[in-house]
Amino acid sequence: MSGSLTSVAYIAAIVLFILSLGGLSTPETSRRGNLYGMIGMAVAVLATILGPHVSAGGIAWIAAALVVGGALGLYLAKTVQMTQMPELVAFMHSLVGLVAVVVGYASDIDPTAAAGMSAAEVGIHHVEVYVGVLIGAVTLSGSVIAFCKLSGRIGGKPLLLPARHWLNLGLLLAVIVLGALFLGAPSIDRGMTPLLAMTLLAVLFGVHMVMAIGGADMPVVVSMLNSYSGWAAAATGFMLSNDLLIVTGALVGSSGAILSYIMCRAMNRNFFSVIAGGFGGGDAAVKRTGTAEQPAGEVLAVSAQETAELLKEAGSVIIVPGYGMAVAQAQHTVFEITQYLREQGKTVRFAIHPVAGRMPGHMNVLLAEAKVPYDIVLEMDEINADFPDTAVAMVIGANDIVNPSAQDDPSSPIAGMPVLEVWKAQTSIVMKRSMASGYAGVDNPLFYKDNNRMLFGDAKKTLEAVLAALKSG
Amino acid sequence: MPQSIGIPTETFPGEKRVATVPDVVQKLLKLGFSVNVQAGAGAAASIADEAYRAAGATIVPDAPSLWSGSDIVFKVRAPSIEEVSLLQEGKTLVSFIWPAQHPDLLQALAAKKATVLAMDSVPRISRAQKLDALSSMANIGGYRAVIEAAHEFGRFFTGQITAAGKVPPAKVFVIGAGVAGLAAIGAARGLGAIVRANDTRAEVADQIRSLGAEFVPVDYVEEGSGGGGYAKVMSEGFLKAQRELFARQAREVDIIITTALIPGRPAPKLITAEMVESMKPGSVIVDMAAEQGGNCALTEPGQVVVKHGVVIIGYTDLPSRLPTQASNLYSTNLYRLSEELCKGKDGRFNVNMDDDVIRGTTVVREGVVTWPPPTPKTSAARAGTVPAKTVATASVPDKQGHGHGGGEPRSATATAAIFAAAALLFALIGLYAPAAFLGHFTVFVLACFVGYMVVWNVTPALHTPLMSVTNAISSIIVIGALVQIAPPAVAPVVAEAPRPDDIIRWLAVVGISLTAVNMVGGFAVTRRMLSMFRK
Repeated sequence: MSGSLTSVAYIAAIVLFILSLGGLSTPETSRRGNLYGMIGMAVAVLATILGPHVSAGGIAWIAAALVVGGALGLYLAKTVQMTQMPELVAFMHSLVGLVAVVVGYASDIDPTAAAGMSAAEVGIHHVEVYVGVLIGAVTLSGSVIAFCKLSGRIGGKPLLLPARHWLNLGLLLAVIVLGALFLGAPSIDRGMTPLLAMTLLAVLFGVHMVMAIGGADMPVVVSMLNSYSGWAAAATGFMLSNDLLIVTGALVGSSGAILSYIMCRAMNRNFFSVIAGGFGGGDAAVKRTGTAEQPAGEVLAVSAQETAELLKEAGSVIIVPGYGMAVAQAQHTVFEITQYLREQGKTVRFAIHPVAGRMPGHMNVLLAEAKVPYDIVLEMDEINADFPDTAVAMVIGANDIVNPSAQDDPSSPIAGMPVLEVWKAQTSIVMKRSMASGYAGVDNPLFYKDNNRMLFGDAKKTLEAVLAALKSG
Repeated sequence: MPQSIGIPTETFPGEKRVATVPDVVQKLLKLGFSVNVQAGAGAAASIADEAYRAAGATIVPDAPSLWSGSDIVFKVRAPSIEEVSLLQEGKTLVSFIWPAQHPDLLQALAAKKATVLAMDSVPRISRAQKLDALSSMANIGGYRAVIEAAHEFGRFFTGQITAAGKVPPAKVFVIGAGVAGLAAIGAARGLGAIVRANDTRAEVADQIRSLGAEFVPVDYVEEGSGGGGYAKVMSEGFLKAQRELFARQAREVDIIITTALIPGRPAPKLITAEMVESMKPGSVIVDMAAEQGGNCALTEPGQVVVKHGVVIIGYTDLPSRLPTQASNLYSTNLYRLSEELCKGKDGRFNVNMDDDVIRGTTVVREGVVTWPPPTPKTSAARAGTVPAKTVATASVPDKQGHGHGGGEPRSATATAAIFAAAALLFALIGLYAPAAFLGHFTVFVLACFVGYMVVWNVTPALHTPLMSVTNAISSIIVIGALVQIAPPAVAPVVAEAPRPDDIIRWLAVVGISLTAVNMVGGFAVTRRMLSMFRK
């Protein structure tokens, strides 16, 4: 295959990738979108293998590597639980980061890569290698820590080192100094030491950045790492002068950045402070005001039986799922209740807050897994106005995203965060394990409202009791 | 010793309600009381004596034996003189009383050394909503008012296009959007009418709109919220603007339902004779304030009259016209009150005058008139959680205090600074970067914008598949490893050192395997997820 043919194939791949992302705009077209992505990837890989940059001797190696890796990937994809999707995604991000590092090193020690370049081009090539390895290493270690946190191997509490901002700044300065040393190195061997040192620092930086972030902020972290993995690919593209990599990396990078921005907006956090890593003032503010005024009033607990009665009498129900539903694996029971209520002619809808769960769209995937039709699963903006006309709003394992003090109490740490207005429904039922406050450490005045009822217990067991009570009577 | 609760048959002419239904009998038994029901008490509300007996009540043949055999009597209507004479000394009566309108009755009850709780005097605070019989009865009244209007009205409520011609929808105007008014709005909307509503309290506008009606404000600025969730008397200027509004509506609409009441005063006269005259023939007015004198000048309480071709309904017993429903809700209110009075579940009333709700409800205590109660501490009807706590209106979060957050545009200086920084960066790149780099850089910037445009279109429900598919796509980085694995031997120009082929190959093989995990796994898991999304 000639060089031009390869280039044309790359253009086709780029178009297919853009179509793939475009296809995700509605669930109807999304499957085709995924197919476009697969075709695009196949085209790109085949064009590269058959193109002028790979000689026949490498094909056996490539095939073996693809088969081994592909089989492992397929196995993971088939066996992963839908509740573990965030972990899987974080794990895969770490792979992209690792590959970016590996390719960067290989390119650095390859004397032919920079052959025939002018001095300025060689300099730029070295910068590209350096930046590619840097982003890759941060993505790698950050994703590994995110993976460990999401899968519970590390606790969700943020680890806040003293003077951590100075620490980060120091790391950044060290990286710049090492970069200067690397660029100034007369030979590959001499440049290797600063490159290795920088990789170590970048790994430390990634660890430190994600360790400082708490469990409920994970949606931002996961989408941010998604973005970083894209930038790593783009940097590799610059390094290898490959437009396909640059375009694809930019697509992925901006996609992740937009997702992080959406998540930040949903939590009323500053986008730029998140991209830079670490939640600066936010955490301190939470700690400070966490003990502020406690809402007074009565908490009315109900039983599963009474919940079933309320649901039976309700004409319209909105279910607000949260991370608690994912933890308890209650989505199938939720669907059975939904199905039963819908058979009784009631309107049942789901309200999804953008940061419900541990990654963007987490709840949607769980509900889809439980076969909940997607046209009754609505976004916050679509459904918030409907709560006043709703008889029962059922909150399953969510807390901060339904906290009215975000609207009423300017001194609250979550003030200004958009929330689902469940308290405007005639009755709201909050299912929780206990009265403990949510991630933000703020007490929730919702629990004390007159029209709110608490249903305590493990979400799955309690919902099964509710379902049994519904069916029995 | 547990006390017994007696349910007499209502004696007021036309009254069909009964104070307690069998379901509530069971609940009262659980609180420890015994329950006596007069034979035939529930007959008018379609509840047989058998049902009471099955629920655990004792059926008593006549009124005298019921009154004498019960420690507590639950009633709907205020007792008549005969009933007061049946009441034993020192016993308790729970009923509607209307102490302001019936001072004599209050004195007679006090003379009996009775304890009397008036269901019409329940304080209108949020904690007491569950025992607020006025609200539950007003709700029924509002519904029934629409039904009565529909009964007298000669046309459909809903608009239709039929083979026989077009039917315009009825226009309903509801004055006063309290519980009754809102119930009337809901019922009229349910029948398909076009509904407009007016209230002097601006804060109910949203409630009116939420029921699908149009809020027609009086074009005059004055806040009309009085104490305890009622409206107050308004100024002359306001009243003039209000009259003009009503006159205009009267000419346009088919049905007017008035519910305007001011506590302790006769109902305001809102619909004048001229307005009635200006209405279309066959129109209907339902005056829900008839018992307090009526909102319409031509209303005759308790009667249906036709004036100037307009049917004016002045029924004073609208809730009683839905006896089963009304009995159900009223008896639930009584049960909630019993719960408050009998916290120990020992079957005994404890009239605790320190409790705001009980204090307000009690009008005679052991022969001493305790009405009127001290004014309730808050006026907000629904917003508060605790009566003693001042209820602040929900303030808009202070955007300045939390500088970040979505939505608001950046200031001009900040925008200028960003543009300046970008310009500087571009200038530097332009000055020092070679042409080859610029080509790639162009592609990069354009790709970022394409990504930006495309990704904003992704529906939030698909954000997880988006992440996994972008993740799979980012394994395009495999190309980096592919081109390193075995480059054709054409390149070597003047390399400073021989190419360490083996190391590079192994690095590349590792890279390819890892990205293959990502590539295949990412697409496969996306596919798996997307196949689950279904309608």
